[in-house]
Amino acid sequence: MKVHPCTLMSDHNTEKDTVQQTMAQSPISGHPQAKRTSRTNRWILGLFPVALLAGISVLFLRNDPTAQFRAAFPPVEELTIERVSFPEAGIMRVHVVNGGPESVTIAQVLVDDAYWQFKIDRDPTVPRLNSATLELNYPWVEGEPHLISLITSTGLTFEYEVAVATESPRLNAQYLTIFGLLGLYAGVVPVLLGLLWYPFLRRIDRKWVHFYLSLTLGLLAFLLFDTFEHTLETSAMVAEGFEAVGLIALGILGAVVGLRAIGQLGRDKSAPTSGLTIAYMIAIGIGLHNLGEGLAIGAAYALGEIALGSFLVIGFALHNTTEGLAIVAPIADKRPALWNFIAMGMIAGLPTILGAWAGGFSYSPITATFFLALGAGAILQVIIEVSKLVQRSWPKGLFTPLNAMGLIIGMVIMYVTALMVTA
Amino acid sequence: MKAEKLTRRDWLKLGAAGAAGLSGATILDLASRGGARNALAAHGLTSGAIKHGAVLGHQQDMGVVGTTATQDDFDPGTFLTHFDYGEVQIRSDGRTVRHWDVVAVDRDIQIAPGVWFPAWTYNGQVPGPTFRCTEGDILRVEFTNAGSHPHTIHFHGTHPTEMDGVEPIVQPGEKFTYEFEAKPFGLHLYHCHTMPLKRHIHKGLYGTFIVDPPEGREPAREMVMVMNAFDSNLDTENEVYAVNTAAFYHNEHPIRVGVNDLCRVYLVNVTEFDPVNSFHLHAGMFRVYKTGTQMDRYELTDTIMMCQGERHILEFNLENPGSHMFHAHQSEFAELGWLGAFEAVENLAADEGAPMHSYV
Repeated sequence: MKVHPCTLMSDHNTEKDTVQQTMAQSPISGHPQAKRTSRTNRWILGLFPVALLAGISVLFLRNDPTAQFRAAFPPVEELTIERVSFPEAGIMRVHVVNGGPESVTIAQVLVDDAYWQFKIDRDPTVPRLNSATLELNYPWVEGEPHLISLITSTGLTFEYEVAVATESPRLNAQYLTIFGLLGLYAGVVPVLLGLLWYPFLRRIDRKWVHFYLSLTLGLLAFLLFDTFEHTLETSAMVAEGFEAVGLIALGILGAVVGLRAIGQLGRDKSAPTSGLTIAYMIAIGIGLHNLGEGLAIGAAYALGEIALGSFLVIGFALHNTTEGLAIVAPIADKRPALWNFIAMGMIAGLPTILGAWAGGFSYSPITATFFLALGAGAILQVIIEVSKLVQRSWPKGLFTPLNAMGLIIGMVIMYVTALMVTA
Repeated sequence: MKAEKLTRRDWLKLGAAGAAGLSGATILDLASRGGARNALAAHGLTSGAIKHGAVLGHQQDMGVVGTTATQDDFDPGTFLTHFDYGEVQIRSDGRTVRHWDVVAVDRDIQIAPGVWFPAWTYNGQVPGPTFRCTEGDILRVEFTNAGSHPHTIHFHGTHPTEMDGVEPIVQPGEKFTYEFEAKPFGLHLYHCHTMPLKRHIHKGLYGTFIVDPPEGREPAREMVMVMNAFDSNLDTENEVYAVNTAAFYHNEHPIRVGVNDLCRVYLVNVTEFDPVNSFHLHAGMFRVYKTGTQMDRYELTDTIMMCQGERHILEFNLENPGSHMFHAHQSEFAELGWLGAFEAVENLAADEGAPMHSYV
């Protein structure tokens, strides 16, 4: 990309300064003297409500007028078992977070309806939004389900069902290689292959370029729904106190706004977004999507939910090759340097490897939800940009019969190739 | 802050107790005990260090972490061998009259190390006190309801229907005196009979009621075991099974008995939600005297199955020294807390371990 981190920083600063100057210069209605207010006074005015809020909070916590209501109710407890890992035969680790409004004391653990002794890596009273890891010497059975239930000091139980117990992957060269190769075959190679459609796109009629751009829109639209569905699915595992909905909103809108801001950097506002910028944006969007996909593959493997067959890898590869096409479609009429293609391929494909590595060892529904939402937002923004591109470069508009057909075919291609990965 | 909150709640309940005319001393006693209990609950387990049970030893990790606090006012070890004969008076016609005060109170009890259950209790304990008398005694049970819900005491055995503990229902703050003659001899039980019955029983309102035969029984090391269970998350399935409330208590603290000494277990099943419970003895056989109502008819076995409300007297002599596990033969119940052990010791003094009980 053209933007260096330092340019980004300085741009940011200039922008902030401009904003501050504008604020200082523009008279607040009814207060023409605002211009003359000193910088210190402005700070005081800005911080006054904050200080007041802090004061009220302290008073509230000291006297707690709501205690009268709360006394009548038992404490609300909410524990979430995020995952159970099996580092070796006879050992089981339970990863727990407290997503409820109050501290929870883990008193006992049941495994398959039997009390089992455990070690805990912290005080058994887990404060709100804190986590704990429990270790049990339990003779778990390879390939069979196990039910884990935590009993709190008040007798409430929080359960987690391990569908199939299998030894968790260890962070070693073999694991890194397997998932590195998986990411390579499923992510990097197909995207690069897809990019090879570039010469073909350059040689076809403009009408057909727009057909392929619409096809890209179809591919992206499918990915948007797919990613969003994954986001919702993953967010169901997020502990209540971590506000999954807020996380999704932050991810989606953050990506939309962030990508827009990046697209605006270093160019005149009136000029439309260039094809190459859009191509990079698509690469980033697809990269974020693939990061989520990688996390899901790694985690599913680690949790014993999928077997890594060649069919699965081929399915992912076919599915992702279309993503390469999506990247090059907006630059069909440009002639970017070769390194751009390699860079875009890496941006889109490499996150699959990173995701798979991370997902296998430290899968957390919270980060997974956030990254998936980020991916969904990025794809949404890319869809907006590609639509704009088609609309302004094709006088007949976005939804000509040919374009509409492209869009639908794009979605059908995604649907059919997606069938191969649900194996 | 938590303790303060609960104390306030306790005071509300105790307001009702005050209305019932309980003495101020009792109120203060209950309140202070409540405070101590909440302090325990707040501290809970300070470490998650694995503590091995005495019986399962160091090979297996099945069991609970930590130990049930014996400094709590209810000690399952003491309860096991404690019999409450009441205040005894001899009437002018020569008959023995026994008097008990029973107060129903709500309180949190510890059912497994660090796990607290919001119980309804007789005299603040689950199971309630073990009442013991001799056939033909006149029994007078003065019942005060200081709990938050209406309760009764329904005794098993023969008595006038108006003393059956179904009617009248004793409202919070009210009293009722049950008076009847103890018969027939045997092992009985008592429990609350207010609807909804399941909840009133599983919340903890039950206890053992022993009527001795006039001629007494052979001296033995005597124990009371109430097979009970707790649905701690209120989903009508039990999370904890035990004898006398505390999960795995006698796995941690095996019951010491003398080799070849006669042992007698008063075994009562009050388990709610499950149709049956059972008792199985390792490395020995016991004689089962069903309901304890006959002295000479028994069955020799090592496993007995019982429905809720069934109770039997078990007698055995352990011939070999060492650990004799006992538990429910439903493995599920055993692993959920209903498991313990007798430790048979050579030449154990009569007052040591489960003490020798003699009938005079």
